[in-house]
Amino acid sequence: MAHGHAVKRYSGLMDWLTTVDHKKIGILYLLAGGFFFLVGGLEALLIRIQLWKPLNDFVAAHTFNELLTMHGTTMIFLAAMPMIFALMNAIVPLQIGARDVAFPFVNAIGFWTFFAGGVLLNVSWFAGGAPDAGWTAYAPLSTPTYSTTHGLDYYVIGLQIAGIGTLVGGINFLVTIINMRAPGMSFMRMPMFTWTSFITSALILFAFPALAVGLAAMMFDRLFSGNFFEPTNGGNAVLWEHIFWIFGHPEVYILILPAFGVISEVISTFSRKRLFGYSSMVFATVLIGFLGFMVWAHHMFTTGLGPVANALFSIATMLIAVPTGIKIFNWLFTMWGGSIRFTTANLFAIGFVPTFVMGGVTGVMLAAAPADFQYHDSYFVVAHFHYVIVGGLILGVFAGLFYWWPKMFGRMLDETLGKFCFWTFYIGFHLTFFVQHFLGLMGMPRRVWTYLDGLGFNNLNLISTIGAILMGIGTIAFLLNVVITALKPKNASNDPWEDGRTLEWTISSPAPEYNFLQTPLVRGYDAFWKEKMEGKKAMVPAEPIGPIHMPSPSILPFVMSVGLFIAGLGFMYAKGDYGTGIWASILNNHILAIFGLAITLGCMFLRSVYDDHGFHIEPDELHGDKGVKA
Amino acid sequence: MSTLRPQGPVAEEQFGLMKLTILIMVLVVVIVFAIAVYVIIRFRRRPGDKSIPAQVEGNHKLEIIWTVIPIILLIILGVPTVKSVFGLAKDYTKDPNAVQVKVTAHQYWWEFEYPNLGVKTAQELMIPNDAIISIEAKTADVLHSFWIPSLAGKIDTNPGGNVNVMYFEAPKTGVYLGKCAELCGPSHSLMDFKVKVVDRASFDRWVAAMKNPVALPADAEVAELLNKQCLSCHAIGGNGGPAFPNLTGIGSRESVAGILMNTDQPQYKNEGTVKDNLIKWIEDPQAVKPGTLMPKVDLTKEQIEAISDYLAGLKLEY
Amino acid sequence: MSGHTHVDGHLPHEPEKATLEGRNKVLGFWLFLGGETVLFGTLFSAFLALRHQVGDGNPTPMELFDLKIVALATFILLTSSLTSVFAIQSMHTNKVKPMIWWLIITVLFGLAFLGLEIYEFYHYVHEGHKFSTSAFSTSFYTLVGFHGAHVFFGVLWISILIAQIFKKGLNVVTAPKVYVAGMYWHFIDVVWVFIFTVVYLMGKVG
Repeated sequence: MAHGHAVKRYSGLMDWLTTVDHKKIGILYLLAGGFFFLVGGLEALLIRIQLWKPLNDFVAAHTFNELLTMHGTTMIFLAAMPMIFALMNAIVPLQIGARDVAFPFVNAIGFWTFFAGGVLLNVSWFAGGAPDAGWTAYAPLSTPTYSTTHGLDYYVIGLQIAGIGTLVGGINFLVTIINMRAPGMSFMRMPMFTWTSFITSALILFAFPALAVGLAAMMFDRLFSGNFFEPTNGGNAVLWEHIFWIFGHPEVYILILPAFGVISEVISTFSRKRLFGYSSMVFATVLIGFLGFMVWAHHMFTTGLGPVANALFSIATMLIAVPTGIKIFNWLFTMWGGSIRFTTANLFAIGFVPTFVMGGVTGVMLAAAPADFQYHDSYFVVAHFHYVIVGGLILGVFAGLFYWWPKMFGRMLDETLGKFCFWTFYIGFHLTFFVQHFLGLMGMPRRVWTYLDGLGFNNLNLISTIGAILMGIGTIAFLLNVVITALKPKNASNDPWEDGRTLEWTISSPAPEYNFLQTPLVRGYDAFWKEKMEGKKAMVPAEPIGPIHMPSPSILPFVMSVGLFIAGLGFMYAKGDYGTGIWASILNNHILAIFGLAITLGCMFLRSVYDDHGFHIEPDELHGDKGVKA
Repeated sequence: MSTLRPQGPVAEEQFGLMKLTILIMVLVVVIVFAIAVYVIIRFRRRPGDKSIPAQVEGNHKLEIIWTVIPIILLIILGVPTVKSVFGLAKDYTKDPNAVQVKVTAHQYWWEFEYPNLGVKTAQELMIPNDAIISIEAKTADVLHSFWIPSLAGKIDTNPGGNVNVMYFEAPKTGVYLGKCAELCGPSHSLMDFKVKVVDRASFDRWVAAMKNPVALPADAEVAELLNKQCLSCHAIGGNGGPAFPNLTGIGSRESVAGILMNTDQPQYKNEGTVKDNLIKWIEDPQAVKPGTLMPKVDLTKEQIEAISDYLAGLKLEY
Repeated sequence: MSGHTHVDGHLPHEPEKATLEGRNKVLGFWLFLGGETVLFGTLFSAFLALRHQVGDGNPTPMELFDLKIVALATFILLTSSLTSVFAIQSMHTNKVKPMIWWLIITVLFGLAFLGLEIYEFYHYVHEGHKFSTSAFSTSFYTLVGFHGAHVFFGVLWISILIAQIFKKGLNVVTAPKVYVAGMYWHFIDVVWVFIFTVVYLMGKVG
């Protein structure tokens, strides 16, 4: 072993707790996000079972409100976001020819704080009740006057901690993409998935701090008797709506843009064709990101902001249809004249296009403010956002997982089971949500625990529930697929789909820990495809083989997130009455909270004081024919 | 109650805009689906096909077409939208010909006050069919949203003196279902109300009847109970306190607690005669509306029956 | 490429940008400050929305604020920004000792500012302007307090950096840290200028 420094290498569990390798962090994100996806899915099924018939009492009314709140919060923050981060971590550095991300240590902090926040939020189920004011947590329902359990404390603090992780993750990817691209990889040669990850990270950077302030304000209201949203003391409930949606609307583009990127990659690869209108795709992505910040009040048409605001936000919202339409037609014309192969990944991608169009057009319908007075907070809205989030994002994530699974794990997912998964999930999805458009138009408000008989809602709700069960079966098929695949030998080749176009397909599957033996030289868009078309089998290297610098693993990110977890609990329970015992003095004086924060700050101190130069992998360790050949 | 069967000009205008958007959007969906189906069938890969398709970078003409056409469609949609936004924002609160109603939402009931007529009622909004109804909505606690799907779109009820206005008309007499459309707690889904549209003469009679004094129960014992247990919170005619739903004329309402439908031919779980519904409600309010502030009052079965009997008999002639 | 090339001795003109790690750090910190701008922007919006909600019988901003103390605090913080510029300039000419001295002066100014702010808050609470008094007081303490917490964190951070540079000297690893801390210090200074205008001056005008 010829390491530059003696660096401790961990194995087993410690390896996963201390890793700073973006590929392993990607897998951690996938595991955690997948777990929360199952939790959120289970909550969804319980919701649908409660609604399968009128005046049902399968769950109690307050439990139902907890379920719908946790379903929304879990799916958005703890399932969708991390699964996107999983793909970004696993693929973006490979696509730009980088050995790692810009801040591997910060990357690990991002994961562990997200995970701590997610676990904390779900602990609420076992600690006297989950949050129950909807994922939007509108005040005053969420103020201490009307919400007397700890549920919303878990919401504000859990999301705050998870939000820190997302924010630093976003900064990390911005710097990675700006500073770490391989020679020749100009911005206009970047693969579409990298572009969308870039714009998504920018949106995270500018949207999440607003959420952080909103959550902090609500935390002050709840834990320190603040008055931000407390109407009796001059607070303003509409202010929360503004802050929430200034974050919340960009959030939906944060979710959907990477899915756009995945679809672009998958459709292009399996059509054996260059992405149609690449530059207009980039332009459309940037424009969507920009407009995403200009439209938040379309969630608030019925709040009473006045006709001027409603008209402006209506028009701004409709404008987003233009860049989105550009994307849709570009995908269709990428396939036009191509040679389309229907792998599972591509089925999900092609299935995405019409589904997302349907979600998009209902979006334009909702943008017309006067009509929205009717749609708002009805099942029509529920149908709309599930079409864009499940029909858009989740189909995109599935496409991406089937497509990149060999690159992440070295094994191909089973195609037969994959296609079964696609068809059950896809048909189930449309069954569940298509009928909900009509329920909304017929006057069924969203977030209702039950509905009366004789209003014509019965059959449509029953269909919706059956669809949800089908989606559940599709998800189980995917899990089964993962297990079966894990038992198979690791034999995926560098370019298992044979039509790979981008840099990640030039290296072995799974990628070695240093990614590229030699940094590749990029000579055009679709770098690998360009080399292939010129009859070459590999990239031209941009540097000779030399020692490769690697960051060292560290347990600090994990410990930091544990510190925040403890601090969160400490703040939440500081106000209670515990008599006069030892616990009372610890909790009531914020000692537990300070202890938790001290752990986190102590880790930051250690990180700052002890320089970590990482280690080097010397050329003689780099045997085998991995990576780019000279 | 459906938004698809509008029963008044405001809902009709909103429905018209919905139809326009649906038309345009169906057109878009059909075009995309057609291209998608064609592409998927025409360009699928045949087994053993190793050919490399032409690597097209793009096509400026096509790209301009699918940028410009959506913009034109959006203009077609945007102009009536903006017109309608301003049209529906008209303020009739100072109009002497309009019926002024102050709506106050509570967890989980609706209070309707007619400031110019000096009448206050709950759960059932009585309106004439020949006037514009001008609504000023606010909440006494958390956010709610006031929605009558077949008459008009919704408006949120905000706390802290932030009053929202809207208006609508209901030219056809009849009973319409209204709903709360903003999550407000466990009984959010049960926070229904009724809108009863009657002709002008009936409306005037109703207003007069609301102001008539109401006799207490003849039986002194029941009257005593009512005074102690019910009128401490509720008002009936000139008697009782104003904090909770006004019970004047409760016997002729469509429902008890907004959710138990009064009918002589019960069909569903939430239906029954007025008296049965009242008994069910008073016996265990939490079972009917979880989280309601109505307490389980300490009464015997007979006492509940006697009070329900009295309340069911409180009918208004109009 | 790595942090080994220039550990001691000949430092380049801009040591903070000599390595990829350094460049990443500086760029990442610029982006972080972008996020911080949104954070304070949201806090300012909340304050502006709530600043008139003083409540009956509570002290109004006009009665409360003492511009003399606040002006002194402003002067101190602005000067500290200047001293942190001197520190970075010394770093660029590779003068370690003056750099450390300028950093120490910056920290002392920061502490003075914090002292004034704590005195000010203490005084307000005695006047009946507590965190939970009104929407105005809550948003005031949150906005100004967030800034104060940033100053406090900055003081801690720069102090640790001073200690590190004592021990390790100025090199391509420590230089980006000092540079980034300087950026941070300027940022909280700019935020204070806005607080001074929006909170105090506008509060005095009414």
